[in-house]
Amino acid sequence: MEIPVITRRRRAHVKTAIGASILAVVVLCAVLAPVLSPRDPLRQSLRDSLRPPLAREDGRPTYMLGSDNLGRDVLSRLLSGSRVSVTVGLVTVTVAAIIGCVLGALAGFYGGYVDYVLSKVAEMFLALPFLLLGIAVMAFMGSSLLNLVLVLVVRQWVQYFRVVRAEVMALREREFVTAARAIGARPSRIMFRHILPNCMASIIVIGTFAMATVILSEASLSFLGLGVPPSIPTWGSMLSEGRSYIYRAWWLTVFPGLAIFATVLGINLLGDGLRDRWDPKLKNES
Amino acid sequence: MTGYIIKRSLGAVPVLLALSVFVFLLMHLAPGDPVQLLLPESATDEDIAAARAAWGLDRPLVMQYFDYLQGAVRGDLGRSMVFGEPVLGLILERLPATAELAFLGILLGIIAAIPLGVCSASRHDTVLDHLGTTAALLGISMPHFWLGIMMILVFGGVLRVLPVSGRVDFGVPVTPVTGFYLLDGIIAGNLPAFWSALRHAILPAVTLGTSVVGLLTRITRSSVLEVIGEDYVLVARSKGLSGRVVVWKHALRNALIPIITVLGLQVGAVLSGSIIVETVFAWPGMGSFLVQAVSMRDYRLVQGIVFFYATAYVVIHLVVDMLYAVVDPRVHR
Repeated sequence: MEIPVITRRRRAHVKTAIGASILAVVVLCAVLAPVLSPRDPLRQSLRDSLRPPLAREDGRPTYMLGSDNLGRDVLSRLLSGSRVSVTVGLVTVTVAAIIGCVLGALAGFYGGYVDYVLSKVAEMFLALPFLLLGIAVMAFMGSSLLNLVLVLVVRQWVQYFRVVRAEVMALREREFVTAARAIGARPSRIMFRHILPNCMASIIVIGTFAMATVILSEASLSFLGLGVPPSIPTWGSMLSEGRSYIYRAWWLTVFPGLAIFATVLGINLLGDGLRDRWDPKLKNES
Repeated sequence: MTGYIIKRSLGAVPVLLALSVFVFLLMHLAPGDPVQLLLPESATDEDIAAARAAWGLDRPLVMQYFDYLQGAVRGDLGRSMVFGEPVLGLILERLPATAELAFLGILLGIIAAIPLGVCSASRHDTVLDHLGTTAALLGISMPHFWLGIMMILVFGGVLRVLPVSGRVDFGVPVTPVTGFYLLDGIIAGNLPAFWSALRHAILPAVTLGTSVVGLLTRITRSSVLEVIGEDYVLVARSKGLSGRVVVWKHALRNALIPIITVLGLQVGAVLSGSIIVETVFAWPGMGSFLVQAVSMRDYRLVQGIVFFYATAYVVIHLVVDMLYAVVDPRVHR
């Protein structure tokens, strides 16, 4: 019944490789978007509106993934949208990780009152429905990249906090920490130089899954018209615009959705693979 | 037990208070003056001053908050600026539609996920298991609003077999008793209405259901896997019980506790998910109403719906926590 360790490890490698490749392609697309885009993603050409993918017509340009109602190139807009997804994903995950790890380390290291207060605050954040509050904040504060990242960070930091706190609590009793203390290292040095690096595996695994969640949330908010300002093409807003032409122009809804799906799938695969290799105990966390 | 319930309920109080502060402050988060947000653009300076006094917006912020809280506790969430009616009434009108959809979505999610998870676990590391885990991974990675749109494209556009928006066909009379159209159809013995409502509910419910399937399948699989190696399962097997009885009666029953917990937490996720699914399928519930209120800039209404939704979410989590304690006596240490 039990799968041999070798097989399991190989499987984790395969997952990691596939996931990392998909993510690499998306990141490359985002970085190279201006070079790869066949056209300006914002340029309209009403004569070419709703052209199907690869449709040929004399004297008119051919659009690889079709054009939208304003005659804008879907492929170029997808590439441009990948920049928003990747940027929002990376920035949010990094900021949330920093906040979550620092607070988690403080709570785990000092325990007592600090831990009690921080844990209560974290619990409170977990008890609130994120998408809803995201909608509320974006509706009142207006859509901007900064507000979007802010809303997403508020939801994400708690996960790092919980895991780092638990790990720091376990690690602070270990000999190497006692040794560091004995040679007179300051608490901040013990926390950030000695303890936190030992939590890195978990942090990276959580960060990977968080990136998937963030990209999905960003797409959801953009779909509702509450993401970045409407002038910037994003996968979510493309989907929402394409919805009006769903029966006439399937390519406007199929491709942006596929882009989100593939990206999130790739990141989840990478996360699964990394977790199986480094940190199987996180299995029930996400 | 009672002590645990009281303790948990009291624990929800600060969360609800924080929520009310947040919702109250929303109005002040918006750039500009809240009075101008609440009044039509044609309002004169006198109108603004009058409104400021009438709504108590000239009082200190803390006092305004207590006014708001006092109102909210009594069920007064203010008046909608667009509809001119009390916000709570407008919300309650749309509550059954959301509840119906959420119920169907969760039901479909359970029907799909539990067998999938149990089969995956009991045939560990076979083709079936891989299919199950792959399905779960796809379910977790799927943007559900896109799945909904794709189903509209396929079932509404290409195959033309299912309606893609609203709750019943135009012209089908429904006598609302409970507001749950499926139930109303049965109560009134109105078969056409029931049939129409059922057909309308299929696509949105399936879309919402898939948002539950991924995580639920994973949890079912891992918790069944965990108990399947236990001694009592071995005993059941060695008694000569069939594999099916062992898995479904002995293993699943003991694996249920984590499944119920996750299911409970998923109810909250379904509430959030319903906002988007309702928007995609023009389902006239609270979620699509919220999006509508946002686009109409009816700030009082947005504030009210957010408060209502979030309170429901917190209360549901609380109830699940308590049920969990009932199912598993080890919880209330």
